[in-house]
Amino acid sequence: MTAAPTLSLLALFVLGGVALNLLSRGESLTYRIATPVLFGVILLLAWEIACTGYGVPAILLPPPSGIAAAFAKHLPTLGADFLQTFIRAVIPGWAIGSAAGLIAAILLDRSPFLRRGVLPLGSLISAMPIVGIAPIMVMWFGFDWPSKVAVVVIMTFFPMLVNALAGLEDAGAIERDLMRSYGAGYRTTLLKLRLPGALPFVFNALKLNSTLALIGAIVAEFFGSPIFGMGFRISTEVAKMNLDLVWAEIVMAAVVGCASFAVLALIERRVTFWHPSIRA
Amino acid sequence: MPRDSAVIEGVFITASTTPPVVRARGVGVTFNSDGQQTIALTDVDIDIAPGEFVSLIGPSGCGKTTLLRAIADLEQPTAGELTVNGMTPEQARLARSYGYVFQAPALYPWRSVERNVMLPLEIMGLPRAEREKRAAHYLDLVGLADFRRRFPWQLSGGMQQRVSIARALSVEPSLLLMDEPFGALDEITRDGLNLHLHRLWRSTRMTAVFVTHSIPEAVYLSTRIVVMSPRPGRILEIIDCDLGGERPLDIRETPEFLDVAHRVREALRAGHSYD
Amino acid sequence: MTKATPILTVLAILAVVWYAAAVWMNLDLARTFADDDATETEIYLSTMEQERPKLPAPHQIVEELGTSLFGYPITSPRSLIYHSYVTASAAALGFALALILGVLLAVGIVHVRTMERSLMLWIIASQTVPVLAIAPMVVVVLGNIGLTGLLPKALIAGWLSFFPITTGMVKGLRSPDPMQRDLMRTYSANGAQVFAKLRWPASMSFLFPSLKIAAALALVGAIVAELPTGAQAGLGARLLTGSYYGQTLQIWAALFMAAALALVAIGAVDLARLALVRGRGGRL
Repeated sequence: MTAAPTLSLLALFVLGGVALNLLSRGESLTYRIATPVLFGVILLLAWEIACTGYGVPAILLPPPSGIAAAFAKHLPTLGADFLQTFIRAVIPGWAIGSAAGLIAAILLDRSPFLRRGVLPLGSLISAMPIVGIAPIMVMWFGFDWPSKVAVVVIMTFFPMLVNALAGLEDAGAIERDLMRSYGAGYRTTLLKLRLPGALPFVFNALKLNSTLALIGAIVAEFFGSPIFGMGFRISTEVAKMNLDLVWAEIVMAAVVGCASFAVLALIERRVTFWHPSIRA
Repeated sequence: MPRDSAVIEGVFITASTTPPVVRARGVGVTFNSDGQQTIALTDVDIDIAPGEFVSLIGPSGCGKTTLLRAIADLEQPTAGELTVNGMTPEQARLARSYGYVFQAPALYPWRSVERNVMLPLEIMGLPRAEREKRAAHYLDLVGLADFRRRFPWQLSGGMQQRVSIARALSVEPSLLLMDEPFGALDEITRDGLNLHLHRLWRSTRMTAVFVTHSIPEAVYLSTRIVVMSPRPGRILEIIDCDLGGERPLDIRETPEFLDVAHRVREALRAGHSYD
Repeated sequence: MTKATPILTVLAILAVVWYAAAVWMNLDLARTFADDDATETEIYLSTMEQERPKLPAPHQIVEELGTSLFGYPITSPRSLIYHSYVTASAAALGFALALILGVLLAVGIVHVRTMERSLMLWIIASQTVPVLAIAPMVVVVLGNIGLTGLLPKALIAGWLSFFPITTGMVKGLRSPDPMQRDLMRTYSANGAQVFAKLRWPASMSFLFPSLKIAAALALVGAIVAELPTGAQAGLGARLLTGSYYGQTLQIWAALFMAAALALVAIGAVDLARLALVRGRGGRL
């Protein structure tokens, strides 16, 4: 009975491998996108064949078709969770945290002494499991979205602070001397040289923060949430063994995470087209 | 060195009684990128005899580096024939017939000076005793024996370049290829290194092909100077430079020296290098 | 001393602000609990000694750390050392897995173009997916086939940390400039020699900063992997139980312990880096 799926899997891998090899020879953008897409499709097909062909129980691992069905079935719940987590917590938290980090960096820039004190501490805090602050935020701000926003703000503040400070420092000595020779003051130099030069770093932090924000909001919901939210849904439905809804939530979280990163990356390309890493 | 000269199509070709180390006939190199064709080198005919020191000189983009790299099998000619020691450049490279010195030292920062010199020897598979012996000998030859254990970033630019020359020599090749090795250095360091290189060449009797921008450098070091034209690069003139064996630095003020330098400059001017 | 002065100053300012905030935040609760004849000073002082404060004063956290670290036998479920060990071991295993996988992937990506083109996009995408959403599922699925405890947590920790390792290693393996690579060509070195003598040593200066990030992320992964599953042991579990039972001090102590572990992890990577740097003359 297991001959059919095994044979189809083998055929899939062999043909797929050959196709991937051929596609990766191409240099144009279409080829560069087609190759990973094909790889993803092959994986999905293999997953589907393996699950349905070998009779893997849905409790263990449902096939992609099963997950798609679950997604369609639970669309309203998914929508409400998306609203609660992403729209109400992630976006405001990410925006506020990143803006605060940037402003703090600009303010700190005025005092090299304070900067030397804050920068190492900021890097340290960025490395720590700041997400653990979630239960405390829930205690302070309650179960609903404000506590999640608070968690996200704290999580996104430090990476932006550290990156923005590094970015402001990035302007070379020659460029700064040029500004001095024009009689440009602190403000002008900041606006015309150092801030534009800091943009690649700022975008780096914005992208990083988008991932952190989603993680922070979801984790914060593990610690207490009203009856909506992606993290809430996942933790409660796992306990109830409603695994198809959990998978649907996971797929939505994955898509949302990728999409926000991709959007930011596209904007970054436009805005910082001049930077060597984009030009390459 | 006994030479028979023949004039063919206005370009001097010298054939010596011993087979040439480098022979080029009609060599051309054309680059294709994004549909644009760049003719870097065209119609190069030259024989380089053993023991010669040949400089390639010309303005930027004249193809001199391309020619050197073609000899080294780092570029492939798109036209013509090129042989090194009677073999194709690729065979010569696989047989490790030459040593190459780049414009920058290209030392590996995680290896000490000594181990940098031993790098090609490790790849060739020489036993450790032999590697250490050669490294010590050639570092001594370039005057850096005391710096064996140091690391590249602890040395000045001129010293690093000397290490890179020692590394090229450690393979004990019959052919030394150098691409503007002293271009990044200040003039005083450069003069010292020119003297050093000249003495080294005299003592090892190897064949050298040397790319440079500097007329005095070319005249000082070479037995023949190949003047090349701006893109598309071709050989304008090959000038003999017979200033005798022992060349102290102040040979550069002698009338014979200035005469050769003048001829080189005239050839460059005739080739529109100064336009 | 001059290097530390700004840091110490900022820490001092932070401590002062913290104390002031503690007083301000705990004041309401203090008033409700105060005796009728308590003076203002006594009320203010009591804000720093509450059992379940909204914001504990720094010295309270230090006290709590002291008791939970040293006040119980190491194997006791009340000991912070025990919980730290549980989390740290999951993080360490995850980090090790990520290191092996990350390096292998990077080598494959740099040498096999098909791998690079097929995988890079997905590797980047994998990091934008909040793995913490997947964490409960991973635990359940693995639990169903009999794998519980350390492994699921390690896998989640590994997922978070393998990306910086892979990208750092890919960058590092690609870092040699054309001249250094041409040099290898002139020696007609074969692929293995180019890898061993050029690419691998060159990649080390890119690998180690990534390892620091990866170590910190592995710890985050291990802690959060403990959350959605109601785990019994580990720092994440301590955060959870502290939250359920309103034990603020327990939460803060666990947080600080997690921070301390992160420092230890990063320090360990730095030590490894120093050991490597010795053989290279003092610079990576």
